[in-house]
Amino acid sequence: MSDQTISYPRPHAKDLSASYWEGTSRGALVLQCCSACGRFRHYAQLICSSCYTEHAEWIDASGRGTVHSWTVSHHAFHPSFGADLPYTLATVDLEEGVRALGLLKNVAPDALKIGLQLRATFPVWTDGYGRLTFVPVLSDKLEHPRMDLQG
Amino acid sequence: MTLRAKGAVTGIGETRYTRASPKNAFALQIEASLLAIRDAGLDPKDIDGIIPIGLTGAPAEAFTTNFGIPDLRFSAVTPMGGASGIAAIQTAIAVIDAGICNHVLIPSGRNVSSGARAGVRIHQMPQFHLITEYEYPLGAISPAQLYAPMARRHMELYGTTSLQLAEIAVTIRAHALMTDNAIMKKPMTIENHQASRMITDPFRLFDCSLESDGGAAVVISSSRQARDMAAHPVDILGIAEGHPDSPSAITHRPDITTLGIAKAAPIAFHMAGVSHSDIDVAEIYDCFTWVVLCQLEDMGFCKKGEGGSFVEGGRLTLGGQLPTNTHGGLLSQAHMLGMNHIIELVRQLRGRADAQVLGAKIGLCTGYGDMGDGAIAIMQRG
Repeated sequence: MSDQTISYPRPHAKDLSASYWEGTSRGALVLQCCSACGRFRHYAQLICSSCYTEHAEWIDASGRGTVHSWTVSHHAFHPSFGADLPYTLATVDLEEGVRALGLLKNVAPDALKIGLQLRATFPVWTDGYGRLTFVPVLSDKLEHPRMDLQG
Repeated sequence: MTLRAKGAVTGIGETRYTRASPKNAFALQIEASLLAIRDAGLDPKDIDGIIPIGLTGAPAEAFTTNFGIPDLRFSAVTPMGGASGIAAIQTAIAVIDAGICNHVLIPSGRNVSSGARAGVRIHQMPQFHLITEYEYPLGAISPAQLYAPMARRHMELYGTTSLQLAEIAVTIRAHALMTDNAIMKKPMTIENHQASRMITDPFRLFDCSLESDGGAAVVISSSRQARDMAAHPVDILGIAEGHPDSPSAITHRPDITTLGIAKAAPIAFHMAGVSHSDIDVAEIYDCFTWVVLCQLEDMGFCKKGEGGSFVEGGRLTLGGQLPTNTHGGLLSQAHMLGMNHIIELVRQLRGRADAQVLGAKIGLCTGYGDMGDGAIAIMQRG
């Protein structure tokens, strides 16, 4: 468990990103989908850059995707992450055709490779926010919960 | 219509680069600006255009007031992070060529010990509000953590290695040792690089640029007027800026191993009417080692994926085929948002650099910033 004398940075959810963060609290990866042309977009934006339509629906994504790239951080750029080092951030190609950045757990850095199949989970941290965390599809649960996973 | 040889760098100015300046960022900018204006043989009141660079917030008005400029004709900002300086030169040449201005000052300066550290300021930058809203709470705090997946993907796709990144760091350090006004003065070996601590894989400490204090400024004038001015003029033959497919977040881009400079470089080379083999010296934006390698590919010095082998064998060293970052760059001289790269190129083409490329006649400098913006200027001894 981390030293919680320093809080993790909280989501600065506002306007368009509010729906995304509401989704994380119920364990869902929520994406914008254009009402006119059906294109997904992530992160949320005001209009569809393909057909310029403003109206979009919020869809629960499958949460499935594959590793696109990653970094394993060994330095605490924010002091709250000091006890969590090292941790892995990954860019993940989602089934819906968009890419997301999330934490990646249950994979040894040496075993990481492009194309590894993942699924999204949303462990809730002590500040009450779920954080997008990918695990290999075959992982049952978080083997090494970090970052003040509750419970 | 083209900007080829319409503008020249007529003045350059730099303060000492340090890690803890007693002067604030604006004072450093004023000091560098006065040096650049004097170098151009001008009086501050001759300046009629100002394009301030950087995040310190000093607007053109602050310079106008301090210099007592009676008739400022133009001011603008070019918010492209480390590509801002070259983008500002492009803007300056355009307004000079349009007859709006005669002499445009481009000042920059920073004091990271009193201001925000470059490594952790994403969440303070409005252009990155998406990163702040979605990624910052996950622990993606620093630019290093977003550039690292670009480098990792390049390594996975093309077999690029940490040893190849080390070649870049070691070469640039060696050039800093030859440069008086450079912060890093300890020699570096490949082994030193490999032993430096991992920051965010694949970036080790020695893959990352410095946090520095200082000021740097240039004056841009028309090539025609430059002939009559004090300093030896350096003509800008080709210049362009390029933006990544989506500038807001790296996750938006189809290909994270190609930067905005891939769009700008063909324009600049075409405008200049020179080929890659004509380039005697290159000052390439180096916030991280891998960013140098990627730009070499994107500019067409080698094919995509071949940057790793291109940098091997001393090609980038003084005396090599493409002497690069002869001042020590952001990695070992100072992090002056690439303004130091512009100034070093001018110095090389004047024949006055500390680590001089003998006979240098044509060279290029690049800027890179804000997760993928790129800019390039090709210059020639006047």
